[in-house]
Formats: sequence, structure tokens, C-alpha cells
Amino acid sequence: MLKELSEARGVSGDEKAVRQIILDAIKDTVDEHRVDALGNLIALKRGKALSKAKGSGKSRRKVMVAAHMDEIGLMIVQIEKEGSLRFRPVGGIDSRVLLAKKVLIGDDKVPGVIGSKAVHLLDARQRQQVARVEEMSIDIGASGKEEAERLVKPGDYATFDTAFNELGGELRAVKGKAFDDRAGCAVLIELLKESYPFDLYAAFTVQEEVGLRGARVAAYAIAPDIAFALEGTVCDDMPRTKDISPTTTVGLGPAITVMDRSIIIDPRLVNLLVKTAEENGIPYQFKQPGMGSTDAGAIHVTREGVPSAVVAVPARYIHSPVSLLSLNDLDNEVRLMHQTLLKVNDLDLTR
Amino acid sequence: MKQLIQELTEAYGPSGYEDAVREAIQKHVAGHVDEMRVDALGNLIALKKATPKKGVQSRKIMLAAHMDEIGVIISHVDEKGFLRFSAIGGVNPLHLLGSRVVFADGSVGVIGREHPDKPDEFPRLDKMFIDVGAVDKKHLTKKVGDVAAFTRPFVDMGQRLTAKAFDDRIGCAILIQTLHELKTTPHDVYFVFTVQEEVGLRGALTSAYGVEPDVAIAVDITLNGDTPEARPSSLTLGAGPAIKVKDRGMLAHVGVKKWMADTAERLGVPYQFEVLEGGTTDAMAIQTSRAGVAAGVLSISTRYAHSPSEMIDYGDVLNAVKLLRGLLSGSVTI
Repeated sequence: MLKELSEARGVSGDEKAVRQIILDAIKDTVDEHRVDALGNLIALKRGKALSKAKGSGKSRRKVMVAAHMDEIGLMIVQIEKEGSLRFRPVGGIDSRVLLAKKVLIGDDKVPGVIGSKAVHLLDARQRQQVARVEEMSIDIGASGKEEAERLVKPGDYATFDTAFNELGGELRAVKGKAFDDRAGCAVLIELLKESYPFDLYAAFTVQEEVGLRGARVAAYAIAPDIAFALEGTVCDDMPRTKDISPTTTVGLGPAITVMDRSIIIDPRLVNLLVKTAEENGIPYQFKQPGMGSTDAGAIHVTREGVPSAVVAVPARYIHSPVSLLSLNDLDNEVRLMHQTLLKVNDLDLTR
Repeated sequence: MKQLIQELTEAYGPSGYEDAVREAIQKHVAGHVDEMRVDALGNLIALKKATPKKGVQSRKIMLAAHMDEIGVIISHVDEKGFLRFSAIGGVNPLHLLGSRVVFADGSVGVIGREHPDKPDEFPRLDKMFIDVGAVDKKHLTKKVGDVAAFTRPFVDMGQRLTAKAFDDRIGCAILIQTLHELKTTPHDVYFVFTVQEEVGLRGALTSAYGVEPDVAIAVDITLNGDTPEARPSSLTLGAGPAIKVKDRGMLAHVGVKKWMADTAERLGVPYQFEVLEGGTTDAMAIQTSRAGVAAGVLSISTRYAHSPSEMIDYGDVLNAVKLLRGLLSGSVTI
């Protein structure tokens, strides 16, 4: 499933291919599903049995679990007279990772490569510099502007052309593009195979990478009591000389967020996740507080507010053409979220 | 009122962890309002219902002051038990050097710094750490995600007061004192004590959605221009509460601004107008809630904002209470 999701192309605003794969995977496990005006896929799985509600007095909660379908990518903005394509990034991309990468453009998947001067041609000063996106272009091998225009038009999206591979080993490592956030989508698809004592709204959201836009409207429509965002998150567990922390580490289990730029997690939800992990012997780690933002940032301030948490699979090199994660972390995130969701209806949220 | 101010400023409540402040406020508000609830994010929403008054059209008014203060959050525990941290809200590294922070469990840490490469290097948060006096990592109870705030006692200097977290416990104190002094009002007045203002006006966003007011006034601190070589500003401690014209996040509703100024003139309450280049308040989020809200701000000019020793003028506080009481007693002329 992760392979299919990773290789699917879905830059922010153009998530239809990813949505179709997910819809095929979940349609027999949910009671209702719909696609909203922005393109979010919202599926409802009704609660099977009323839990013995404690504390809250509410019989059945609405719980939203979100994962975003979109990935970072490029958009063609102009076709030059020689037939090369000017582009701009969609979402946050470090321009240093772009040069000489293979891309696929538009619905017809026109192959191209981001042009870069050969090292022979660079003088000493140029070798020290980082090329700007504005100076780069995509080469599709067109003979000139006319041929290029037949294949590509301004506004077409380009994605990285990256195959999914299993690297294996103890970590059961895999590499591929767009683990941010197809990893979250894969976890959510798995979670929908189980039943829960409350109404579970699965939201596969659009346009997270450009400002949490899909989650904002999905949460407004669902009006949940509690929400979770499932992510593929920053990981920088590289060798280091100084005793400072990595953001997350591959292989240590799903990462629980305490605070990022968009949200401070309700401590009661952090405690529930930690307690559930410890009771079930599921490894976990905390994501280093302060960095990044997720759909939960938009969801938790929706309407009158929604207590929300974030659980993420650590993935190295995200927002680049290729990322790497451990399937152990992915499986453990499924276990942690499944066990947590079974308890969430009884969580006392009164103050 | 000074006792109330002391209690609130010394309470522990970084953004997202406002429980102790809210409990203190609940105690002071209980018995003075008709309804009280805490919403999903932790905002305390207390309603004093209208007593009809002849010739006055009853409106739904929201008063907002935020309970949270800036703080720090542990991001890493190193092998020797030193704690690396990130900021919660706008923390100036200069204010941290030599400061102490306190955790929710009451334990105290001091801020240390890596030896700078150059003696005049500006301190950076990622080169600082918290030292909680741990002998080794084994006996340390702190973990990633634990949150701490500045610790510093309130000092009554007479006319001037100094404490941490006047931003915005002074707003909370002004709301409570106004409620205590307000016998009746012709309006439904929602006293809203918000969470998470310092990290992006998040509590105001959800509480305004829930309250759906006609008119809103945020009570918060603003900066000053009356210290040596200060950034140019007409804001002065002791010149009365400030009526906001604009800040970086909002243009105050012209009608609300005039209503506040006219009421101050009528009551003989001194006031000053505020044009703030940086920063904003809960009113920004409230103003654009749902279909829009007529929103203004009443500010207390404050020196050394976001430091552990902020300073305000007690007269400004009393005059803010007097003005709010006047605003809530008559017609809303906007």
C-alpha cells in the first residue's frame, strides 16, 4: 500500500490520483464517504457499540483522524523559447536538493530533468553558491518552444520521479518520495479496517503543504470532539558530535508531538498516547518541540476548539525527492493509534 | 486590588498550561456571574447577564484578557542532565541569561550558556540550556516536553508595580476587578479569559466563535516610549489606559475607539491613544471571527515587556477599571 501511495503523484491542489487509490482501499471499510469542495476525502465509520461512557456524559464522540494526501512538488510557470521550462516550488523545498533530479510533468507524466551545469563548467566561485529556483529550468528534451508547448503547459504540476524500494534490514527501511504524508495515509487506511466505539471521521486532506487549507474546511464540516493528525515528520538522526537532540530518530517508534509552530497539544492527549504506548509495550518517542506545523494546527482552532494531537512516523530527508522510513515505526504507529482510539471515547475532557 | 495582581502574576501559566491561572481566576469570578464554562481549548468564559435599563439597547459584549504567559519547553535531555529547550511565544534570549525558570511541579532551573566564540556574541536559545541542579541524568525527573515559565516575585513599588507576566495577568486582574465593582449592566457581558495568545491568538479564535459577540474589547498590555532613549512612542506610564488605534494585526473599530474615548471624557478618566508598530492582541482574532465583530483594545502601557520584570503604573490600572465600568453601564454608542 505504501509503495502505491508513495509512487502516486499528488502535489498540493492536484491530489486526485492519490484520492482514487485511497478511495479504492477504504470504500468497503467505511459507512459513508464524500469528497468536499476543496477535494478532501471524508469517510465516516460509525461506532459499532456504545461504550460505557465515563465522565463526559457524552455517549458517543465524533473523532476526526486526518492525514494529508498532498506532497510538495513543482509547478511549470513559463516555457522558454529554447523549450526549457521555468518552474516554482509548491510547498517548502530546499533549492539545494533540486539540481539534476528527474521529474514527471502533468497528467501525461512527461519525463524531464532539472538542468544543471556540469562541474567542468563551473568556476571556483560558482561552486560555492547555491543556485536559486528562479535560475533553474526543466529540460524535457524538446527541440524548441513549439514542441515543448505540445507536451506541457504553464500550470502543469511536476513531481519527483522516484521509485519506491525496500532496503530491508532490521529497521525494515524503505525509500520513496512523499512519505510526508503518504505514511500517514497508509496508517489511516489500516486503522479503518478496525471497528471503534464512536463515530470515526477519516479525513484525507488536501493542500497541507501550502497552509493547512484542506484540514481547515474538513474540520469545520466534521465539527469533531477530538482530532488526531497522522504525519510523516522531520527526522535528522545523523551522526553528530554535540550532545543535542535529533528532531526524531528512525526506528525508535512513532513520534508524539508536544508542541510545534502550529499547536500546543492538550497534555491530556499526550498523556493518553504515552500511557497507551507504555501499557501495550509499543515504542514511542517525543518529537523535539518547536518545529514544523501540521493539519492539527488548523483543526484545533476550528469552531469552538478541538483538543487535537499529532502522531508521526519519522522520515529522513522529507521535502526532497526521496525520503526513508522504517516499516517498524509505521506498524507501531498503527498499533499505538488503534489502542489509543479504543480508549479515546472514555477520556475525561471536562475541566 | 494589588493582592489580586500579585496572586495572578505569580501564578504559573505558560501557553497551553494555564490551569493554575484559570483555577485562581475561577475562584474570584464565582458568585459574581450567572454562568461559567471552560471550552475545549481551556478558555474560561463567564457571563454576567443583562439587567434591562430604560433607553439602553442591550448588546452582547465580550471582554478578553489572556491567561497565558511566555515560557520554555524542554527539547532534549543530555547525558549530564542539562536540558535544551525551545521558546513558547516571544522569548528574548537576553532576558534569559541570569534568569530562573520554574516547572509545573515547582522545581526551579537556572539558565546556562555555552561559552561564546566571541565575547560580544548575541546569545541564542539553541546555545543555552537549563540547569536544574541534577547530579546526573539517572536522578532527573524532567523529560522532553516539560514546560517552564519565568519565576520572579511581584514587587509593589508604590505607584509603580513590577512583576513577571503583567502580559496579560494585569488584563485578567482588570476584568475581575471590573466584574466585582459592576453591580448591574444592561448588556450580556462575557468575561473571557483566553489561552494561548502568545503563540498565535488561538484561544481568542475559538472563544469568539463560541461567544459570537456584537462588540469586543481586549484588555492587554502595550509598550512604552518613556524610558531613556526608548523607541519613539507617545505611550507613557501613568498617562491613563491606552485606547488602541492600530497595531500590526488590526485597525481598531472606529466606533469602538470613539465610544471608549467619549466615555473616558465623560467620566474624567485620563487616557492616551495607542499606535503600536509591533505586536497585536486577541482583538485581532476576535475582529474577524464568524461574520465580523466590532473590536477594540484597552491597553496598559508597560515597560520591559516579555522580560521577567515588567513594569506598569497602578493608576493606569485603576483608571482602566473605571473606564470599563462606565462602558458597561450605559449605551454602546458605536
